[in-house]
Amino acid sequence: MSGGLYSTDSQDFDKTLDLTKIKPYGDTMNDGKTQVSFTLPVQKGEEAIEAAKQMMKKMGFENPQVVYVQELMEGFTFFNCYGNCVHTVDYTSIIVPKVESTTMDMHETDAFVNEHIGRKITVVGASTGTDAHTVGIDAIMNMKGFAGHYGLERYESFEALNMGSQVPNEEFIAKAIEMNADVLLVSQTVTQKDVHIKNLIELVELLEAEGLREKVILICGGPRIDHELAKELGYDAGFGMNKYADDVASYIAQELDRRLNS
Amino acid sequence: MQKSKLGLDFEKVGYAKQVSKHIAEDVQKFVDSYTTVAVERTLCRLLGIDGVDANEVPLPNVVVDEIKDKGVLNQGVMFFLGNAIIETGLEPQQIAEKIAAGELDITKLPTHSVEEAEKATKPFVDKYIQIIKDRKAKRDNYLNTIGEGPKPYLYVIVATGNIYEDVVQAEAAARQGADIIAVIRTTGQSLLDYVPYGATTEGFGGTVATQENFRIMRQALDKIGEEEKRYIRLCNYCSGLCMPEIAAMGAIEGLDVMLNDALYGILFRDINMQRTMVDQYFSRLLNGFAGVIINTGEDNYLTTADAYDEAHTVLASDFINEQLALIANLPEEQMGLGHAFEMDPDLENGFLYELGQAQMIREIFPKAPLKYMPPTKFMTGNIFKGNVQDALFNQISIWTGQGIQLLGMLTEAIHTPFMSDRYLSIENAKYIFKNMKNIGDEMEFKEGGMIRTRAAEVLDNSIELLENIKNEGLFTALEKGIFAGIKRPKDGGKGLAGVTEKGANYFNPFIAIMNK
Repeated sequence: MSGGLYSTDSQDFDKTLDLTKIKPYGDTMNDGKTQVSFTLPVQKGEEAIEAAKQMMKKMGFENPQVVYVQELMEGFTFFNCYGNCVHTVDYTSIIVPKVESTTMDMHETDAFVNEHIGRKITVVGASTGTDAHTVGIDAIMNMKGFAGHYGLERYESFEALNMGSQVPNEEFIAKAIEMNADVLLVSQTVTQKDVHIKNLIELVELLEAEGLREKVILICGGPRIDHELAKELGYDAGFGMNKYADDVASYIAQELDRRLNS
Repeated sequence: MQKSKLGLDFEKVGYAKQVSKHIAEDVQKFVDSYTTVAVERTLCRLLGIDGVDANEVPLPNVVVDEIKDKGVLNQGVMFFLGNAIIETGLEPQQIAEKIAAGELDITKLPTHSVEEAEKATKPFVDKYIQIIKDRKAKRDNYLNTIGEGPKPYLYVIVATGNIYEDVVQAEAAARQGADIIAVIRTTGQSLLDYVPYGATTEGFGGTVATQENFRIMRQALDKIGEEEKRYIRLCNYCSGLCMPEIAAMGAIEGLDVMLNDALYGILFRDINMQRTMVDQYFSRLLNGFAGVIINTGEDNYLTTADAYDEAHTVLASDFINEQLALIANLPEEQMGLGHAFEMDPDLENGFLYELGQAQMIREIFPKAPLKYMPPTKFMTGNIFKGNVQDALFNQISIWTGQGIQLLGMLTEAIHTPFMSDRYLSIENAKYIFKNMKNIGDEMEFKEGGMIRTRAAEVLDNSIELLENIKNEGLFTALEKGIFAGIKRPKDGGKGLAGVTEKGANYFNPFIAIMNK
């Protein structure tokens, strides 16, 4: 099924980079080469392979190649495919909302808070709702942090409380009121059936009902969360994968400075 | 004396087991004098009480809540049910239905002696003991006829939320070579103080553990096992606030493996330690008696604490869990003690340390079907590297003879596994297990080398920790945050209200039967 060592595909396409029309890159500019894998609920056979090719074409791939076929069980077949994507994207017109802050390290953040805020910033964090995963909130808040990035508990300029997992939104808010929190940090790991969206929205609604929403910096995080989604849901910021305590702490310090001092 | 490939000092190992025995016995002194609402509901189930009332409240809850509300939980359901059987001539199920309908108050009936109450319950006790024995015999018969896959058993999870969809996923996995199917529970079930009823099709991040769901999956796996000529084990979660109840349901429905670890519940679910230690004892008795392999949750410590720095806490907890299981008459062959491959992939020679630790745990618990957990904390979404991480994990497992291999998924940290993810994962493990089958017999570890040194160091550190725990007592040690850096107060957490000291009329006939 392999196409051999050397590609014999037609090469008659424009090979100059045009940022208004970018395409996936395999080994030649604008070749559109993309790898895709999926399972179809049919038995293995020539018809299944043809179905996979047609599926690839409908997904926007020319020259679909089915390079690996494996029956997972009777009636389910797995495919690895390659194809040349026909679609393009205008990179020059893209605008992505980003968390507007400069990431500082722990000492810089402590110094910044000392100078601009003049007191400790109180942060209450939790993995809320039914979510039992603490990995996200621990990575940001716990003393040790994650991958060499110390957590908020280690910052001199933060008073940080990690409430752990499965914290009901009501309890979370009660604790925030009790501690007079400047910042609420919510982690959501489980995303099946969009349970995280419902839970995040509920928190915003509860805060609004309590008249607290504007009084706190409200942040959510998790592997399936980004800043754009966070803004849509009514949060001040969202942090997704590959974001660490430094990113969160820097944002908090600078945002609180903006709110208090400008 | 067992020969160690690591040059382990087995006198030290023996000493660590002695210290752990003290720790476990100290806990057991407490456990022996207490009961909980979950233990009492379990006894209801073991007398045949099942089903729900008009408000969907399970009848075991109805009965136990009734005696709890009347302030006599400490006398135990066996006493009141035995008494009610004598007075009404009804069976436990009928009595429960009458209580649910508000037609009977079992605390207000004329009382008979404990001996008479015990005699009245005996036919029902004997019936369920026989049901459990028959279930065990059925498994043994399968193992003796169609047989099982080689160790390490390939363990995969299904987690669609819908038991019928889970069956499809489980079938695919079993056909591809999985030996154990774990049906992940729905998020939050560990904190429910009742077991939901009936077949379910809705769940978050998993499927509700119900007796009917157990039955549906068991039936499907038996059929597949017969066709594949390989017994397929079924795993669920006997943890949280309904620990012993789920153990009973599993024993009745023929589950083979149960996650069962009070320490995990205390640390990661904030379940009250007194509650869950009492619950755990009865659940382990049941699991031991039913031939169910327990899995302990030490691997989870490493999701919050560092896998290199805190390796000794895993070993120490395995030592304690072994002794807590032995007290509950659970055979070593059913102790799936936990550990994990969770070191930072950037750690130089991390593979060697993992290898040393895995070999160490293997030698310290030679009969246990050790449960080895895959990398999760440092899985990134780079599925290609993830497959390599899982491959390293698989190599260590075959090299050191682990018992239960929780297969890593290349899509860990992205989604609950697709059917194809499970296929790729099983393919990875089978390739390595076959290609490197006897590497452990062929390779030795250099004297004074990194691997031997690492193993000795972890053992020494765990002994130091165990001595501290022994001096403090396990409960106090947990209050001080000895495991995973998490502190839990003895009187805090969920479920404490369901704990009570046993009264004068209290009896639980299953303890003596299952302790034989």
